[in-house]
Amino acid sequence: MLSIKNLHASVEGKEILKGINLEIKAGEVHAIMGPNGSGKSTLSQVLAGNEAFEVTEGEVTLNGQNLLELETEDRALEGIFLAFQYPVEIPGVSNLQFLRTAVNAARQHQGQAEMNAAEFMKLAKEVSKQVDLDPAFLKRGVNEGFSGGEKKRNEIMQALLLQPKLAILDETDSGLDIDALKVVSDGVNALRAEDRAILMVTHYQRLLDYIVPDYVHVLAGGRIIKSGGRELALELEERGYGWLGIKDEEAAAN
Amino acid sequence: MATTDKEVKELIKREYEHGFVTEIEADTFEPGLNEDVIRRLSAIKQEPEFMLEWRLKAYRRWLEMEEPDWAHVGYPKIDYNSISYYSAPKRKEDMPQSLDEVDPELLKTYEKLGIPLHEREKLAGVAVDAVFDSVSVATTFKEPLAKAGVIFCSISEAVRDYPELVQKYLGSVVPAGDNFFAGLNAAAFSDGTFVYVPKGVRCPMELSTYFRINAANTGQFERTLIIADEGSYVSYLEGCTAPMRDENQLHAAVVELVAMDDAQIKYSTVQNWYPGDEEGKGGIFNFVTKRGTCLGRNSKISWTQVETGSAVTWKYPSCILRGDNSVGEFYSVALTNNYQQADTGTKMIHLGKNTSSTIISKGISAGRSSNAYRGLVKFQPGAEGARNFTQCDSLLIGDQCGAHTFPYIESRNKSAIVEHEATTSKVSDEQMFLCRQRGIDPEQAVSMIVNGFCKEVFKELPMEFAVEAGKLLEVSLEGSVG
Repeated sequence: MLSIKNLHASVEGKEILKGINLEIKAGEVHAIMGPNGSGKSTLSQVLAGNEAFEVTEGEVTLNGQNLLELETEDRALEGIFLAFQYPVEIPGVSNLQFLRTAVNAARQHQGQAEMNAAEFMKLAKEVSKQVDLDPAFLKRGVNEGFSGGEKKRNEIMQALLLQPKLAILDETDSGLDIDALKVVSDGVNALRAEDRAILMVTHYQRLLDYIVPDYVHVLAGGRIIKSGGRELALELEERGYGWLGIKDEEAAAN
Repeated sequence: MATTDKEVKELIKREYEHGFVTEIEADTFEPGLNEDVIRRLSAIKQEPEFMLEWRLKAYRRWLEMEEPDWAHVGYPKIDYNSISYYSAPKRKEDMPQSLDEVDPELLKTYEKLGIPLHEREKLAGVAVDAVFDSVSVATTFKEPLAKAGVIFCSISEAVRDYPELVQKYLGSVVPAGDNFFAGLNAAAFSDGTFVYVPKGVRCPMELSTYFRINAANTGQFERTLIIADEGSYVSYLEGCTAPMRDENQLHAAVVELVAMDDAQIKYSTVQNWYPGDEEGKGGIFNFVTKRGTCLGRNSKISWTQVETGSAVTWKYPSCILRGDNSVGEFYSVALTNNYQQADTGTKMIHLGKNTSSTIISKGISAGRSSNAYRGLVKFQPGAEGARNFTQCDSLLIGDQCGAHTFPYIESRNKSAIVEHEATTSKVSDEQMFLCRQRGIDPEQAVSMIVNGFCKEVFKELPMEFAVEAGKLLEVSLEGSVG
């Protein structure tokens, strides 16, 4: 489904990704782990098309289509979804309006009729329950005054509504207590499907207790330096990143 | 980041929708203003003597007045003698008695502007007094209004038919010597609207006027006077558009509102005069004096404005809160793009006891535009227990525009309470990225974000205008995203 070959990307002239190679097939769940500053978030942003990052080399295809040629919104319409690490607020725009606009953009792209307000309300209420969000949140401004955990659940709700081909989860576990982590994980597991791939970016192993990946990759210094199965994550938890010869700045700071 | 800038540039490229010129033979005065011109104007309008005297007095005073230069705007000096002060569409008959008698070219113009009179009559129940250049061409719904006792006519008719009311109230809120542009208007006002709502009457429909500047090199100086007698209620809407021209055109209107005991006036404006092209060439100079006086106890005046047009805007719809317990409100959305400049806000003058005022101002700047809020809240010694709440929010799109806030607060009464909140924010790259990542195209995203920003003001607009205002913002912002 997703094929990344020798991807190089930089921000403000500084190279962050230095040749990423990754193949993800439909139905698979991949986890990307690595210390802070290794380029994990950059990879998710670049795949989603954040124009703050410049791709200098390499190629990325989604089901054979050159992703790098597409505008951000067109990538989204082709089925790329990014759950943000720090979802931004849009004051005054109701969550409901925002979500309906997004869902209708997707439906229009797929040649389906737009959903009217009443139909959408019904659907959104159901999905909000799935991530344990009070439907009252639908009427509030996008992420406005949401707690960290509410924002993350809101992101997963959007993934459930938009039903993407590839869901990229950027540090979806950060800042969550154990109960919230479980709710979010249930949501992500509900996303798992044969025709969908999931790419999780995380610093910590604990998320992988709840969402069990098929593959784990270690990203360091802008390159994937090791790949393996589920057991690689456990080994990392036990031995830290130092074992792979990488300095974990956060661990060092702690 | 690149996104927003590119987006801004594209939005900026939009074309002005209402930029067409109607080919109609017109009676137009030679450019220039002098006593003779005023006499001719007054004669054409068959005005009573008092009106001519009032105009002449205003003119003599205006000659000695200075054009104000304190606003945060810049524009080339206006030659007031290069402007023609009267232009009226030529007609075979004196005045059309019904729409059938109106020049079909004019009606087509209204169609293009999206004001199908017939449709409005039937669907919305809105009475439209349509002002085309200087003369009121078609007034609909006069009969049901007359049944309720409401007078809704052009100011020219009012001068002839209701001289006592006009003489009593014209200039009572905005005197002829109030300021330079009000003085010019008093001397040369061409037409406008007059509304009188009698005691205890709730006006049975929304009243609406569309103004339109058509002939080249004509200034438009409308004069509007609305009087709400004791316990009455009226909601008045005005919408404005003007054709695309390379030269600047002057629009210096005066609006006066008078609310008696327990009366309420709600005045809504959607202003979309031609803003000039993307290089800042052409466009309307919109120098307007709007003021209402809450003369009676428990009276209320509410101004709501959505300002997206004009090259330069100088406008401060204000309330004089004279009656005890009277209420003044100002809700404003001002959007500037390209090289547009706006200096707009309000004055709330508290004179009576327990008077209260609310100011909600939303300024949106894009392109290389400049957008200033200027507001005065004043409590006079008698304003015991008065209070004001002010909220001024600015939203920036791109990094070449400017937003300024000039709030003035003067309190001469210790019991007065004033609250002021101000924020400045940007349509951030992160917000744009979030929307686009969800498959929403950039223009729709900007429009959604801006509409969200303006929500508190839009909810004050009558329903059909709220929809129009939302669309107008969308059009005005076209190309500001890429």
